[in-house]
Amino acid sequence: MACNQFCLVCGGTGCESSRADEIYRNLVRACDAHGLGSQVQVVKTGCFGFCEKGPIVKILPEQSFYVEVKPEDAERIVAEHLLKGRPVKDLLYKGESGAAAKGEADIKFYQKQMRIVLRNCGIINPEEIKEYIARDGYVALEKVLFTMTPEQVIEELKVSGLRGRGGAGFPTWLKWTNTRKAPGDQKYVICNADEGDPGAYMDRSTLEGDPHSVLEAMTIAGFAQGASKGFIYIRAEYPLAIERLEVAMGQSRALGLIGKNILGSGFDFDIEIRLGAGAFICGEETALMQSIEGKRGMPTPKPPFPSDSGLWGKPTSINNVETFANIPVIINKGGAWFASIGTATSKGTKVFALTGAINNSGLVEVPMGTTLREIIFDIGGGIKGGLGFKAVQTGGPSGGVITKEYLDTPIDYESLTALGSMMGSGGMIVMDDEDCIVDVVKFYLDFSVEESCGKCAPCRIGGRKLLNIMNKFTKGTGTMEDIDTLKTIGKAMQRASLCQLGMTTPNPVLSTLKYFPEEYLAHIKDRKCPAGKCKSLVTYRIDKAKCIGCTVCARKCPVPCIKGERKVPHEIDQAKCIKCGACFEACKFGAVVVE
Amino acid sequence: MKTITCQINGVPVTVPEGTTILKAALEADVKIPTLCAHPDLKAWGACGICIVRPEKSPRMVRSCTTTVVEGMNYITHDPDIVETRRTVLELIMSNHPNDCLRCARNGCCELQNICAEFGIREVPFESGIRDLPEDNSTPSVQLHPAKCISCGRCALVCQQLQDVWALEFLYRGDRTRIAPSGDATLAESPCIKCGQCSAHCPVGAITEVDETKKLWDAIREKDKHVVVQIAPAVRVALGEEFGLEPGTIITGKIYAALRRLGADKVFDTNLSADLTIMEEASEFVERFARGKGELPLITSCCPSWVDYLEKYHDDMIPNFSTAKSPMMMMGAMVKTYYAKKAGIDPEKVFSVAIMPCTAKKYEISRSEDMKSSGTLDVDLSITTRELARMIKQAGIDILRLKDEEADSPLGVYTGAGVIFGATGGVMEAALRTAYNFVTGENLGKVELEEVRGMDGVKTATIDIKGTKVRVAVAHGMANVKDIMNRVRKAKKEGAERPFDFIEVMACRGGCVAGGGQPYGSTDEVRAKRIKGIYADDGAQTIRCSHDNPAIKAIYSEFLGKPLSDKAHELLHTHYVPRPLWIK
Repeated sequence: MACNQFCLVCGGTGCESSRADEIYRNLVRACDAHGLGSQVQVVKTGCFGFCEKGPIVKILPEQSFYVEVKPEDAERIVAEHLLKGRPVKDLLYKGESGAAAKGEADIKFYQKQMRIVLRNCGIINPEEIKEYIARDGYVALEKVLFTMTPEQVIEELKVSGLRGRGGAGFPTWLKWTNTRKAPGDQKYVICNADEGDPGAYMDRSTLEGDPHSVLEAMTIAGFAQGASKGFIYIRAEYPLAIERLEVAMGQSRALGLIGKNILGSGFDFDIEIRLGAGAFICGEETALMQSIEGKRGMPTPKPPFPSDSGLWGKPTSINNVETFANIPVIINKGGAWFASIGTATSKGTKVFALTGAINNSGLVEVPMGTTLREIIFDIGGGIKGGLGFKAVQTGGPSGGVITKEYLDTPIDYESLTALGSMMGSGGMIVMDDEDCIVDVVKFYLDFSVEESCGKCAPCRIGGRKLLNIMNKFTKGTGTMEDIDTLKTIGKAMQRASLCQLGMTTPNPVLSTLKYFPEEYLAHIKDRKCPAGKCKSLVTYRIDKAKCIGCTVCARKCPVPCIKGERKVPHEIDQAKCIKCGACFEACKFGAVVVE
Repeated sequence: MKTITCQINGVPVTVPEGTTILKAALEADVKIPTLCAHPDLKAWGACGICIVRPEKSPRMVRSCTTTVVEGMNYITHDPDIVETRRTVLELIMSNHPNDCLRCARNGCCELQNICAEFGIREVPFESGIRDLPEDNSTPSVQLHPAKCISCGRCALVCQQLQDVWALEFLYRGDRTRIAPSGDATLAESPCIKCGQCSAHCPVGAITEVDETKKLWDAIREKDKHVVVQIAPAVRVALGEEFGLEPGTIITGKIYAALRRLGADKVFDTNLSADLTIMEEASEFVERFARGKGELPLITSCCPSWVDYLEKYHDDMIPNFSTAKSPMMMMGAMVKTYYAKKAGIDPEKVFSVAIMPCTAKKYEISRSEDMKSSGTLDVDLSITTRELARMIKQAGIDILRLKDEEADSPLGVYTGAGVIFGATGGVMEAALRTAYNFVTGENLGKVELEEVRGMDGVKTATIDIKGTKVRVAVAHGMANVKDIMNRVRKAKKEGAERPFDFIEVMACRGGCVAGGGQPYGSTDEVRAKRIKGIYADDGAQTIRCSHDNPAIKAIYSEFLGKPLSDKAHELLHTHYVPRPLWIK
């Protein structure tokens, strides 16, 4: 039965939390009610990426792009658009010109993007293997099994220049070669899906939207490295991704695409899912393997590298979800094609989770070499609320801030490292000029300190000391000596920590000390938070000249600590004020001032 | 073996492939400071003190876990490295209670030593000392978690060397602490009281339960008759506390020192080791030659092993020798045989054991069987370390004392008794006597080299005039599982049993490296102490337990014969399955 219209509903975790599942069910129900059941196929897809505007519903073939859809809109979309051919105008995405966009190509958010990893996200039903196959799915696996040797597979990766997307950027072909060459009767392939950076959800979306791409790539990895067993280590907080992976594994096993004697080739490869309990450190590969083995997730020293002695002491290669998702495309289109995208040292694309003070937050995939300005201002649509850009944090809690001066730097592994930050797994948090850098750093440190495994002394103790000093700054009790202490501890942590978590924990501190020394000084010497975010350093005062005594502020104050007669200027009792800012928000006369 | 030539600060060194920088540096006369590394354990790089820098590399690496690479020059100290080590030390210090003067490890603390070397005069960081409760739940070891520097040695020892898993890392980040899982107390955990955690702890976070005051108190009481026994392994290690090389035998000086401390009688556990052999060898012959009881027979003189078996291998209880340990046999003899002979009320006797072991503190009251004289057969068991402290408290210059003899009737011992202190010793001693019991004559060569040495599991077949006895010896609790599983498998499949006689000691090397011995047990030290043990054996004119005249007297005057009813009443015990976790 051929359908002539397709109604794609985003089924990513973000949109599902905005009731996308209900939208989907309402659409199906409405189609049936209007007798469109056989002509319209409603499909629940993976993430469209444009999360700022979710939930998204897209109608094909018209390319109508509905945004911020609510469950109750389903009836209108079906009755008006699908039945009568009249698009529901108020739901259509409108760009800067105000005209309704005609599909992604007409939307600025998508224009500079290039979707290799996310090629199927928002397009196919991730729970239907045939849709994956229809878009060249498992073609690469067939090609590898029947026309290529393991060496040729690795050579293709070498030509492609693919580097690990988990953060460190280690050449994938070299990792695979080392594991292939390591002696051992049993080898393992691990997919690291323990994504944990605050605000990052690249891997989750890939797995939710296109799980087969990872399964196919892992099987190719098994063939290339001589491994017969794969594990996907994924955090239990990703239930939807886990569910879709399980569905996908069941389907591919039923079709003989994983398991024994794959496609009759004689090659065996099976995959198991292992759930992580959510410790950030379990994304570190040695800790991850400890966790799979049932032990406490704590890093072990390298060497030995996993390629020599990994899971249960066997040669093991660990790649991140995004790295895997690239591989079938590289096999199909050739390493040279992939290498034609990107910069001299970093090939292909990179997915970023763009969040923070940005107009278009979402998941973006851009060719390596795209500038930060393009990502933040063209794709991201600039800073929210018309505020100025202050800095962007890349590389998650381990990264560093990048300031205005460097917005035109083409992004790749090396350029970000040179700026004192890092690629990391792809978190990108934008700060506006009302963000307090000291407060932001405190947030990151708090995360890293919380997530330290506690094994090595520099990270376990040093991180906490750094955080305590940052707390002093935000309370106005810091001293100039504290700055030196931050640097001393930070340097020791970078040099003497056991794993990357500890080595990079001081990065946000050290990089902001370099780029925003004046903000630190304001907190220490003037006991002021220029951005007004550090509540202990803020004073709310009522300007008696402006106050007309309307009493709104006094009524909004939750303490209450604002006193004054009607039509007489009010006053804030500073001893009682909790600095919540309710009075500031409430005053229509600009009489409440922040100092 | 392939070798690697690298440089340490420009000095070429050639070492076997796989050697760590830490070890290679020793070849170039550089001892890189460490806190968490220990020769007994696989290095795991927790403390961050031993960092070095491969020349031209911007990164520092841990020398304890990084193996040398051909041609590389490793810089083990420069201003940056020293500064970083100092900062890490200061960080550790900032979370460590500043109470050295009243710490059990005052003067023998690895952190204290390293801080002295670095000249730490102040800690520039805010204090993060945690208020954590002590664990005093066992009679053997105490946990002082506030002092823990999380080096992990104790947990690794407990898990890797001992396979007990009583200690685990709990919580994360700077809330990490090492304790039994689920925040149980040690007594509720599978802990076997071996004390290896305390022997490996670099600081005062895990210590033996100090009971020296109890001994001083007993000495103070005029009507108490204080009788002290010393274990085989004590004599080759106590000297280390007074500057002697490990393995130096100072038996005569220990007897003398004990008398100067106030002991009324000094006996030797070596003699009761001979008694244990009489009972255990008889038990073996009963089972092996006469088919009365389960085989293989498994030795039971190590209280940690007894505890471990009752917890982890309770299906093997029928195979366990019912003979008590030498310490408990001595206790029983002191309060019955000796008290009667000397005309002393057993109630007035205070029976003390000097042991290399923390588990012995648990053993003295492990069951009602330990009161065969009607009251506790051993009132107090203190470790070698505690005895050393008492001698120092008294100001006794033990090294200058003239050698003395142990007291009659429980002082004469044989070579067989002394070798109980080393792994394989009980087996060797038992076979010397079993051979005699079966054949009626003594072995021509009493040294059984096959069961000596530091291999974790030693197996041998001993020929008793044509009858083959298959024996196995294991030390270090983690080495036991395979042997037990082989026995179990054979039993299950109805196959021939792999062994007839098995000796197990919980601690690596045997009692010479027990949890109560002077700090610093490594394989090098163990080897020296063991050498001392065998030297003492070789120096004895009587080498077999059954030839000990004092033993003969005990049987003829008091017990009758081995395995007699009286012997059973006083010298044997029984075992019960115990849960791993009590909660």
